[in-house]
Amino acid sequence: MADNSFSLAYKNRGTWLDRCSGASKLLGFVLLSGIAMIVLDTRFLIFLVILSLILLKISRVKMSEVAALMKLVLVFMAINLVMIYVLAPNYGSQIYQSKDILLGSGYFALTQQELLYLVNIGLEYIVAVPLALIFLLTTNPSEFAASLNRIGIPYKISYSVSLALRYIPDVTREYHQISLSQQAKGNEISKKAPFFKRLKGASAILVPLLLSSIDRIESVSQAMELRRFGAKKRRSWYFSEKLKALDWAVLSFVLLIVIFGFILIIVNGGRFWNPFH
Amino acid sequence: MQDKKKSWISVRDVVAIGIGTAVFFVLMRFVAIPTPVANTTINLAEPWLALIGAIFGPIVGLFVGFIGHALNDTVAGWGVWWTWVFADGVLGLLLGLAKRYLKLDTETLTSKKLWFFNIWQVIANVIAWFVIAPLGDIVVYRQPAAKVFLQGFWAGIGNMVGIAIVGSILLVAYSRTRTRTGSLKSEK
Repeated sequence: MADNSFSLAYKNRGTWLDRCSGASKLLGFVLLSGIAMIVLDTRFLIFLVILSLILLKISRVKMSEVAALMKLVLVFMAINLVMIYVLAPNYGSQIYQSKDILLGSGYFALTQQELLYLVNIGLEYIVAVPLALIFLLTTNPSEFAASLNRIGIPYKISYSVSLALRYIPDVTREYHQISLSQQAKGNEISKKAPFFKRLKGASAILVPLLLSSIDRIESVSQAMELRRFGAKKRRSWYFSEKLKALDWAVLSFVLLIVIFGFILIIVNGGRFWNPFH
Repeated sequence: MQDKKKSWISVRDVVAIGIGTAVFFVLMRFVAIPTPVANTTINLAEPWLALIGAIFGPIVGLFVGFIGHALNDTVAGWGVWWTWVFADGVLGLLLGLAKRYLKLDTETLTSKKLWFFNIWQVIANVIAWFVIAPLGDIVVYRQPAAKVFLQGFWAGIGNMVGIAIVGSILLVAYSRTRTRTGSLKSEK
């Protein structure tokens, strides 16, 4: 997909992560980011961050490909952390049920507990990003639908996802064309125009886009119906792959981490790790 | 042989989810209208979701909101924020429930129906952004209530305004292109 809608593009970089099937990478991504969402143990999260950074390194994704995105993530994370601190400076001590003031005084005093809580949330943001990038950059988009189907999503929904991926470049192109021609007619949606004029301009762009998309839905669905899409309960995929030994190794490793996460919940007696006892 | 039983999702629905998601994704990613309030934008993807829901119904609305938001989050880079993805799916589902009442394909869009649509979209937005998204953030991500409710209110109100203005215009525009039942009369 060498299109500007995805500045991040799939490329075979020749590592074992590329050879791994899309289904096991998808499952690995969902399970690992899921367990990071549930287990808020700082040590566990640090382990996951390091693991995902190592994987990113192994995948041979160049820093230049992801640097812009990484910056965006850090900014987004910083905004969120500041917002949490400003709105709930005592949330940390509520969770860990103790209060050790680190610096400052009064309502906005920074406690050790709040700091640890913020570190947890920050790590939680960071974990998912390298994993998502690895998945995105090492999986062939055409294989994606087959992978979804393999992990148990009904094939009609999987097919919808692949249709969406197929049509994103087309819709982007069409949007740009319509937008340019509307601007030529004087419909502006940027800050140059007053607010209500912007909204009207936006509708002027959306209406043609909408009508052509609805037409497209009709013609594509008729074509698919003529080829008897959906007539059978199952469907085969051109890109589907059998799981290899490598996939089973990856999946068992991921499963091991997930089980370890659940053990931590039991040991910690909750989702948070509390070092303040 | 073809199954005699009607499937829960028609071929037209499958395609509507696919192309609807593509449009949702493009609008969410590239098109945002700046508002008079600094650094806030109105997202045009949600009015589109309202229209797609009103035309194709709740199942399509659910999947367009869910898949579209998840795809956008994955590419945007902050990691998929599942609670908000889920809330967008629920919003699509609720907006899709209006299909039965609006009957855009066969009946004229009266101003009474348009009022109903707008009241319903406000309710749907309240459920999705004031209740589901913040509660999800508290339960799943363990974020402080004050922060997530503030974010939820902010997003919810933006979406309500966007759908009320742009969504209504889209509904009217779509409805005008449809042929009514009984619009043809035999000449005497």
